[in-house]
Amino acid sequence: MINYSIEKEYEGVVDAYQKAGGDRSALLGEGTARLVVHENKVLGQNGVAGIKIETRETETGVNVNLLIEKGAKIPHPVHLCFGVLPQEGLQEIIMKVNARDNSEVSVVAHCIFPNAVKVIHKMDADIEIGENARFDYKETHYHGEYGGIEVIPRAKVKVGKRGVYQSSLTISQGRVGKLDYDFEVFCQEEAVAELVVKAYGKGVDDIKVWEKIHLDGAGARGLAKSRLVLGDKAKAEVKGETYGNAPYARGHVDCIELVNGTEAVAIAIPTVSVTNDKAKVTHEAAIGSIDKKQVETLMARGLDESEAVDVIVKGILK
Amino acid sequence: MLEIQNLLLSLNGKPIINDLSLHVNESEIHGVLGKNGTGKTTLAYLIMGVGNYIPSAGKMIYEGEDITGLSVSQRAKKGISLAWQEPARIEGLSVRDYLVLSSKSRGVNHVEDYLSVVGLEPAQYLDRDIDNTLSGGERKRIEMASILAMRPKLAILDEPDSGIDILALPSLLNAIEEMNQQGSSVLLITHNEKVVEIAHRVSVMCAGRILKTGEPGQMNLWFKENCQPCAHVNEPEKEGNKR
Repeated sequence: MINYSIEKEYEGVVDAYQKAGGDRSALLGEGTARLVVHENKVLGQNGVAGIKIETRETETGVNVNLLIEKGAKIPHPVHLCFGVLPQEGLQEIIMKVNARDNSEVSVVAHCIFPNAVKVIHKMDADIEIGENARFDYKETHYHGEYGGIEVIPRAKVKVGKRGVYQSSLTISQGRVGKLDYDFEVFCQEEAVAELVVKAYGKGVDDIKVWEKIHLDGAGARGLAKSRLVLGDKAKAEVKGETYGNAPYARGHVDCIELVNGTEAVAIAIPTVSVTNDKAKVTHEAAIGSIDKKQVETLMARGLDESEAVDVIVKGILK
Repeated sequence: MLEIQNLLLSLNGKPIINDLSLHVNESEIHGVLGKNGTGKTTLAYLIMGVGNYIPSAGKMIYEGEDITGLSVSQRAKKGISLAWQEPARIEGLSVRDYLVLSSKSRGVNHVEDYLSVVGLEPAQYLDRDIDNTLSGGERKRIEMASILAMRPKLAILDEPDSGIDILALPSLLNAIEEMNQQGSSVLLITHNEKVVEIAHRVSVMCAGRILKTGEPGQMNLWFKENCQPCAHVNEPEKEGNKR
């Protein structure tokens, strides 16, 4: 294992963060809340008014408590950066999030494993969104081109009355490796939950996505959405589940998987369930090749076929 | 500019394009007027090379070169483009990006102007995606804007007026004329006699072939007298035969 000094390590993570599409200044300035974790070390941490970030290093990762105070409206996104730069490693993040009543925050997370040959990244999150609170979470991964990584994100989320929870995970650069995503959300009255997963599987990437939304309060709304593109011998299985358990609950499962080539495999298993006669949940799942008319439309503007496919894939994963 | 010679395409044993010949001059707007089902869209697809249609006979000569065997991209790079009757929706591709990629070969930066020409407010549309959130008419006008941005040597416009509300029609016709003034020859495919009035010449199409070519006024009259009352579309007994 390479030994890094803290400063060099921080610099290395910031460089990788930038290469993965992150805003370098967000990890260096004082005005934004941030947390930078490399392997099991907290390299940088900064809170701002209304947010408390507490961390504890463990043998294999870091425990993180993120508290957004009651009524706090955080003007700038909170930046989180988790990474493993060596070729091998294990990183386990145990995260507790408490967005208290009437708070609002947007979190931008970058998970970077650019050299991964044998890396495991696990995240286990327990997230509580208070009444009228809003929590937007956007996570982007960069795994390098080897595909030697296993990513295992798990979350249980409770969304209070009229609260809003939006979460997206995108892995569109480099290889996915193995992804085993399992998020479950419970929504109270008029709460809103949106789970989005977007990934581009190549090589022998193996993607499992399981999104579950329980609409337990009257008027709760939920969307479980996934967009996957698979090439080479990649395979994916997506389970999207929505349960309408209260009057006027509205839910939707929306899954599109595009297969580019003859050896990739895509499976979609949507589940919609209603236990209240005034609830309504719907689903649409489409698996197929990249639409030929879309490709020809772009080719008729002068793009080569591969360029046209690239534009369509980027659009799906945007 | 474009010389189509004795083109033949049959699908499931039925001739769709039936010994079709057509000549499009450089710098002209050439209308192709025909009722529904006469093979107009198939002709557009054959010229652009889309839809997996391969003619069983005939040639398409463009600027002196036989393009019959070229791919869609190769034809586009030579300056041919197509505005589809029902343009594709592409999730995640913004109007701005679509116009920029259409104009890539020309390095155009200010794509907003093309939206204005087709009667769309740039600020309201540039950041929207060309997906299902657009109405059919909006998507058609964006398709026209992309052709304007690309500025092809030969623009094939397949039923550009379909799905466009009547108030938007003048801006659409204006866009076609502007396209022509910018240097594009236009093959204007439609069933609408009003639309072909802006053409320099018009060819009347039926049963996968061109029946007659001439000046728009004459061809519109001929179309009204012969094709509109015809109860046997795609089965003309002989040229000019009123049934």
